[in-house]
Amino acid sequence: MTHKENFLVGIFDDEDVLLHAVENIRDKGVKIKEVFSPFPVHGLDDALGYKRSRLPIAAFLFGMTGTTLGLFTQIWMLGYDWPMIIGGKNYASIPPFIPVTFEFTVLLSAFGMVGTFLIVSDMKPYKWPRQYDIRSTNDKHVMAIDLGANKISKDEIQRILKDNGASEVNEKSF
Amino acid sequence: MQATSVLRETLVTGGKTVADVSHDISRQVEGKPTRLWWMAFGVAFVLLLWGAYCCWMLLWNGIGMWGLNKTVGWAWDITNFVWWVGIGHAGTLISAILLLFRQRWRMSINRAAEAMTIFAVICAASFPAFHMGRLWLGFYWALPLPNAFGSLWVNFNSPLLWDVFAISTYFSVSLIFWYMGLIPDFAVIRDRAVVMGNKTRASIYNALSFGWDGAAKTWSRYETVALILAGLSTPLVLSVHTIVSMDFATSIVPGWHTTIFPPYFVAGAIFSGFAMVLTLLLVTRKVFHLEEYITIYHVELMNIVIIITGSIVGVAYITEFFIAWYGQVPAEQYAFINRATGPYWWAYWSMMTCNVISPQLFWVKKIRTNLVATFVLSIIVNIGMWFERFVIIVTSLHRDYLPSSWTMFHPTMYDIGEYLFTFGIFFCAFLLFAKFFPVINMAEVKSIIKSTSEKKKAVH
Repeated sequence: MTHKENFLVGIFDDEDVLLHAVENIRDKGVKIKEVFSPFPVHGLDDALGYKRSRLPIAAFLFGMTGTTLGLFTQIWMLGYDWPMIIGGKNYASIPPFIPVTFEFTVLLSAFGMVGTFLIVSDMKPYKWPRQYDIRSTNDKHVMAIDLGANKISKDEIQRILKDNGASEVNEKSF
Repeated sequence: MQATSVLRETLVTGGKTVADVSHDISRQVEGKPTRLWWMAFGVAFVLLLWGAYCCWMLLWNGIGMWGLNKTVGWAWDITNFVWWVGIGHAGTLISAILLLFRQRWRMSINRAAEAMTIFAVICAASFPAFHMGRLWLGFYWALPLPNAFGSLWVNFNSPLLWDVFAISTYFSVSLIFWYMGLIPDFAVIRDRAVVMGNKTRASIYNALSFGWDGAAKTWSRYETVALILAGLSTPLVLSVHTIVSMDFATSIVPGWHTTIFPPYFVAGAIFSGFAMVLTLLLVTRKVFHLEEYITIYHVELMNIVIIITGSIVGVAYITEFFIAWYGQVPAEQYAFINRATGPYWWAYWSMMTCNVISPQLFWVKKIRTNLVATFVLSIIVNIGMWFERFVIIVTSLHRDYLPSSWTMFHPTMYDIGEYLFTFGIFFCAFLLFAKFFPVINMAEVKSIIKSTSEKKKAVH
């Protein structure tokens, strides 16, 4: 039998109570595994000490790839591979290539970023997420604390959670 | 604690809690379709079948089945194309531009508006596709693929090709934007299905939600993605109708060859898009009992957008006329006089009445907060916007340079049939969406419940 992971699961009803609780609990030296919410709570990522996502960089790089690809495709096709005079302009005149270059940029940037997001968040259609409490998509904020990763005793953490406004504290093992 | 202005309007009425939001919206997906839904779907499906027959005849015999002639080579097909693309502008405008401006009233309406955008763009794309005659070769001709014509590539100097790229990019980016919004809401339905013990539904909605877990880390990334998608979609939505207008503006046909077209088309697109959103949402809120989520305040704000864009469109019509006179080009002057007083005068004046005069009624608060008046006016605006495109396209073409080529355009049943076909696609798709997908963005509405619902306000 594989080793079981044991968690304490704190349930919070209100996002403002949750935010303060996260700060206080972390100050007390308790390590929080993750918090699950039905909607984005602003400031929660800072409270948990998460770094800012680097997805904008991915979006920018994909966008630049799109710009380059779009521009060079057009210049190569109409300028070198099969040059044609259209409307008496140069073979490869840049202004009429701008719209398609723009579309390439947006397309690659959007798809590249969303693809990166799905990969880094490990999201795929055939995956069931680990659910600490089924109500976390409905109306409860669920705080998971890995007992294996904390030196503080279970009873002490339980007390800290209750003191900070958790409406329930449950145990859960996976 | 979050500070909220007491002046801020209530966005969700009825003292809803976060759990109520899950329940009210998911209920539509979980229950059996109502009799009203089946009736509406039946009508839409009949339109679809009839239209499919007309499209089949069109493919089998060629586009000679349409009423086009040597002089009027573009008529209902391109009119309907531009009309549908225009309608497709509201969704992404609401979700992208209003997100950047932090307009929270968008949250109850963005889901349905984006769905409408996607279906409208599908309808729009069908017209140029059919106009190519050989539908199955459309991709081969329109995309820069290696081919058997030597290695002659597509013409990147042509606005028609820009259109191919603009519309397909707009469609795909709007689709993923819309789908990203749906992911957390699919997880809500999944978890409700788990609680109810419905395993099949749980696995289907889990697959649709990509195994969404709602972790703070995922939400943080998710919000970054949403913000950047909004930033990308904002210039995109403005570029699409700009490029559509260039189909006309870069030609040398009198009445088309004007620099005012891009802003004028974009304003018109938002105008017609909001009108269609209102038409659909007023019905949806009634059928699905969403009066507490889509309130009179939402309707009023959308009507204000209609006044603004409708007035821009009105100013553009007048400017075009003025410039035609001021520019002193006889062909241009004739094109405009002919629009207003020639054989198509009825189309021109229908357009002027529906688009310029009727939205001005919304200056009266009683009218813009009245649901019946809004519904009627939203349909009038869409009729007007159809006539706008018809006027621009057909009246500019039907008087050719040689008077011997002067002619009129008469639609055949196949012109009408394909238009009805797109209505069939649009309403079938929208009804399926409204049945199987949550029509309101639950996660976003939940995030504002605390600061904007009445109950919480009363406590403070």
